[in-house]
Amino acid sequence: MLNTVFLPEIALMLMTLVLFFMTLGKFRTGTVQAVSLVMAAITLVITFASLATQGLMFYDVYQIDALSQLFKVVIVFGLFLVYFLGSGLIGIEEKLHTEYNMFLAISALGLMFLSSSVELLTILLSLEISSYALYVVIPFRRGQGRLHVEAGIKYILFGAASTGLTLYGMSYIFGLAQTTYLSELTERLPGLVATQPLAVIAIILVMVAFFYKLALFPMHFWAPDVYQGAANETTSFVATLPKVGAVLLLLRFVAVAGIDISQVTWVLAAIAVLSMVFGNFSALVQTDLKRLLAYSSIAHAGYVMIGILTADKMGMAAAVFYVIGYLLMNLGAFYVIYNIAPKGENVTFDDLKGLSRRSPLLALTLLVSVFGMAGIPPTIGFIGKFMIFTGALHKGFYALVVIAVMNAAVAAFYYLKMARAAYCAADDEQDAIVLPFGAKVMGTFFILAIILIGALPQSLLAAAKEAVATLL
Amino acid sequence: MENYLILNTLNFPILSLLLIVPVVGAIVAMFLRGDTVLKFWGLAVTLLTALISLPLWTRFDQTTAKYQFVELRHWFPALDLDYVLGVDGISVLLVLLTTLVMPLCILCSWTYIKTRWKEFVIVTLLMETAMLGVFVSLNTVLFWIFWEGMLVPMYLIIAIWGGARKDYASIKFFLYTFTGSIFLLVAIVAMYITTGTFFIPELMGHDFSFSYQVWIFLACALGFAIKMPMFPFHTWLPAAHVEAPVAGSVILASILLKMGGYGFLRFCLPMAPAATLYFVPLLLVMSLISIVVGGYLALGQSDVKKLIAYSSVGHMGFVTLGIFLLNDAGIKGAMLQMLNHGITTGALFILIGIIYERTHSREIADNSKLGMFMPIYVTFLGIFSLSSLAFPGTNSFVSEFLVLFGAFDKFPLVGAVSILGAILAAAYMLRLMQKMVWDDSDGHVPHGEHAEERKRILFDCNYREVLQLAFLTIFVFWIGLHPTPLLDMMDTSVAHLIHQIDAGSVLPEAVEHGSEHGHAMLQNAGTWIKNLF
Repeated sequence: MLNTVFLPEIALMLMTLVLFFMTLGKFRTGTVQAVSLVMAAITLVITFASLATQGLMFYDVYQIDALSQLFKVVIVFGLFLVYFLGSGLIGIEEKLHTEYNMFLAISALGLMFLSSSVELLTILLSLEISSYALYVVIPFRRGQGRLHVEAGIKYILFGAASTGLTLYGMSYIFGLAQTTYLSELTERLPGLVATQPLAVIAIILVMVAFFYKLALFPMHFWAPDVYQGAANETTSFVATLPKVGAVLLLLRFVAVAGIDISQVTWVLAAIAVLSMVFGNFSALVQTDLKRLLAYSSIAHAGYVMIGILTADKMGMAAAVFYVIGYLLMNLGAFYVIYNIAPKGENVTFDDLKGLSRRSPLLALTLLVSVFGMAGIPPTIGFIGKFMIFTGALHKGFYALVVIAVMNAAVAAFYYLKMARAAYCAADDEQDAIVLPFGAKVMGTFFILAIILIGALPQSLLAAAKEAVATLL
Repeated sequence: MENYLILNTLNFPILSLLLIVPVVGAIVAMFLRGDTVLKFWGLAVTLLTALISLPLWTRFDQTTAKYQFVELRHWFPALDLDYVLGVDGISVLLVLLTTLVMPLCILCSWTYIKTRWKEFVIVTLLMETAMLGVFVSLNTVLFWIFWEGMLVPMYLIIAIWGGARKDYASIKFFLYTFTGSIFLLVAIVAMYITTGTFFIPELMGHDFSFSYQVWIFLACALGFAIKMPMFPFHTWLPAAHVEAPVAGSVILASILLKMGGYGFLRFCLPMAPAATLYFVPLLLVMSLISIVVGGYLALGQSDVKKLIAYSSVGHMGFVTLGIFLLNDAGIKGAMLQMLNHGITTGALFILIGIIYERTHSREIADNSKLGMFMPIYVTFLGIFSLSSLAFPGTNSFVSEFLVLFGAFDKFPLVGAVSILGAILAAAYMLRLMQKMVWDDSDGHVPHGEHAEERKRILFDCNYREVLQLAFLTIFVFWIGLHPTPLLDMMDTSVAHLIHQIDAGSVLPEAVEHGSEHGHAMLQNAGTWIKNLF
């Protein structure tokens, strides 16, 4: 029993072990990537097969339910996509390729643990497993001056500070409720939140580490520099997978704090609004694409937050759906960035010019991704926004929705700027980009996934609803 | 739900086919090679779509206000989202207008578009699906998806094949429309939260409270007013028109602008009747400003395309004017005006495209004295100019007459002010004609080498160009001389719409749920308007 429900984690651990032994020898990048991809694919199949399993393990600190399993599938799938899109690892120091893949796998493993953790200390441990691997990976960049060092240090410092705050909040919660188990907190915390201001502060403090992972205001300061400084393939990981994990944990905490959580709700609403406004307006003036995507991700975190703070089935399912769509659309954009930077350098608007001539597939992938992020139908991004707005209006958050809508209009501008740059003519004729077969498959996959899930969202939405049903 | 619908009795799903055929055509176009093949493919697909749409004309039942040719499938049960398509007297003519104009868009680009024909055909066909989808959707979300999905192809048409300032124009177009329509989405979701349905006919005549209606009306009207475009939201239009390629201008003028009017008729009037009545003075004033300002600005333009673009603002002012008169003549006139503007202004943009291909300039001064070289062209220019200024016997005369009739019937002062717009239209169109066809202001006739040069450039229309213009000319005179079949088609639906407004604005619930303030405003709205004018 124990083994079968724990199988996805075991598969991923096995993968990290294999990669660890490979670091001891010398292998070509192609071999490392092939092993990683095959192992990730096997893990994905196993995770998918265990989608419906349930169970409680390790003295009830580790809960396997529909929610955790859905997120594990997303995490492993995301890991697979990250490996696939950065197939050449051109932005990473040559001699560190094996280590790089290993650390990414460890980070994903930490996120997998995180999705099943239902006890405060377990949550903290899982979070740290996933963070530490990333701290190591960010400075692995090749030949771009010292940008990546700055990024690495920023990521560590902000990460450590936010984890400290979370731990501090956990101490309050333990002091107030005398337990660290979420299942018991669910019974005691709503009463405490209603009467004790300290409980509100504690809950918010506990969430800080996840605000940090999700790059929500006011824990967003690392995002632009880290996005810019880390290698393109690293950024595609940092920008997507940890955020998926953070959304899951925020959902769990909001559910634990009770459904009618007026004071917490107001704080979260303020954070959502500030994230959207700050992210969108800062993104308007960026020229570096990764920096722009960093600010846009801050804004997206704000939208997700609206779904989370509704704390009802519809809104939370919308948040789950939104973050999955966000993962696909962002990976689509990073796939394009990776492929137009032959030496792993950063990409600006000027580099996008004439893209539709150099590679129609890349231009189309970028177009679909950015229109998805802008929320234009019939993309997955539209259904996500639509669901979020529906959920929020359902709870009567009219002002919040109006602010979000105005932000969507502002955001359309910079997304459009990217599409425009890709489709306008270049000043000088550049060489066509020749994509290997795998990359072509990848581009087609992103286009189809973003549009088809947008047109036929039924099954994914049903899965999201089923998943959040375990929270309420 | 069945109370509003008549299921499709044809032995094929006509409305779904209209949506699917262009998409399939676009997908096939991805695999075609060679510009000529693609041109003919685009033409064939648009013609096929037009052919498929013809039963909408022949088999349309004029005696009922229900939605016809309906197709109903479940699409997204978790949110009660259905795939419902249907047309009534208000939308059927716009569907036909769209399917008939699209082949012309391919034809008029035949030599105008020189690069990337594959992308052009794909984008144009996707555009057709999106536009048809807007007119046939009976589900608010489906409507919005098509409405918004349309932005992307239109944006690409301007941004890729546009003129010198295409970046500026395309972004402006996108942001204006996007901002407007996203509030529409909020209204759609808000109505769903209140009523539990996205189904348009059920939302019509739903007894929303007065203050609720005000918000719904404002959120919807912003999106539609931008699309129309009404003063003061019109500034994107000249930019977009001037920079768009000829097919883009035709699509914009003939079909896109109609969606604003269609939206008012489909959403604002029947869903928020009390609020509509409350906002009538505002909308009428905005319409009048559009008419006068549009005409006045057109008078001062030296760029032909800009002139026509501003004239569109004026013409669309007549449409909103007619709609918000809320009487039979007004609404019918407005709907007919939408069709006529589609035909006439579409033709004028095709004419501008033809001359631009020859002289590579849109300045009136560079295109003068055409009468010497291009008699066929000048004939068509004359016909469509006269149609644009609503000369009796042409199509626009009927519609503007109906709107003016409705205006004088209800608010004589409004009618009097809008006459000014008609005069301005005559002024700027005749000025355009005079300058382009004759223009002897510099006092000399081209001769010698100069004349030879002009003659070489200004060859007259070829068969393809004549075909397009002649096709539209038929409609100019048909509607101008015998508009009855078209008016009959709208008759029942318009009567039903007016009934809905009347019923909605005196609904006891509407007043009951509304605040005291709202109640008083409702009571006074009528008298207030009378006093104003």
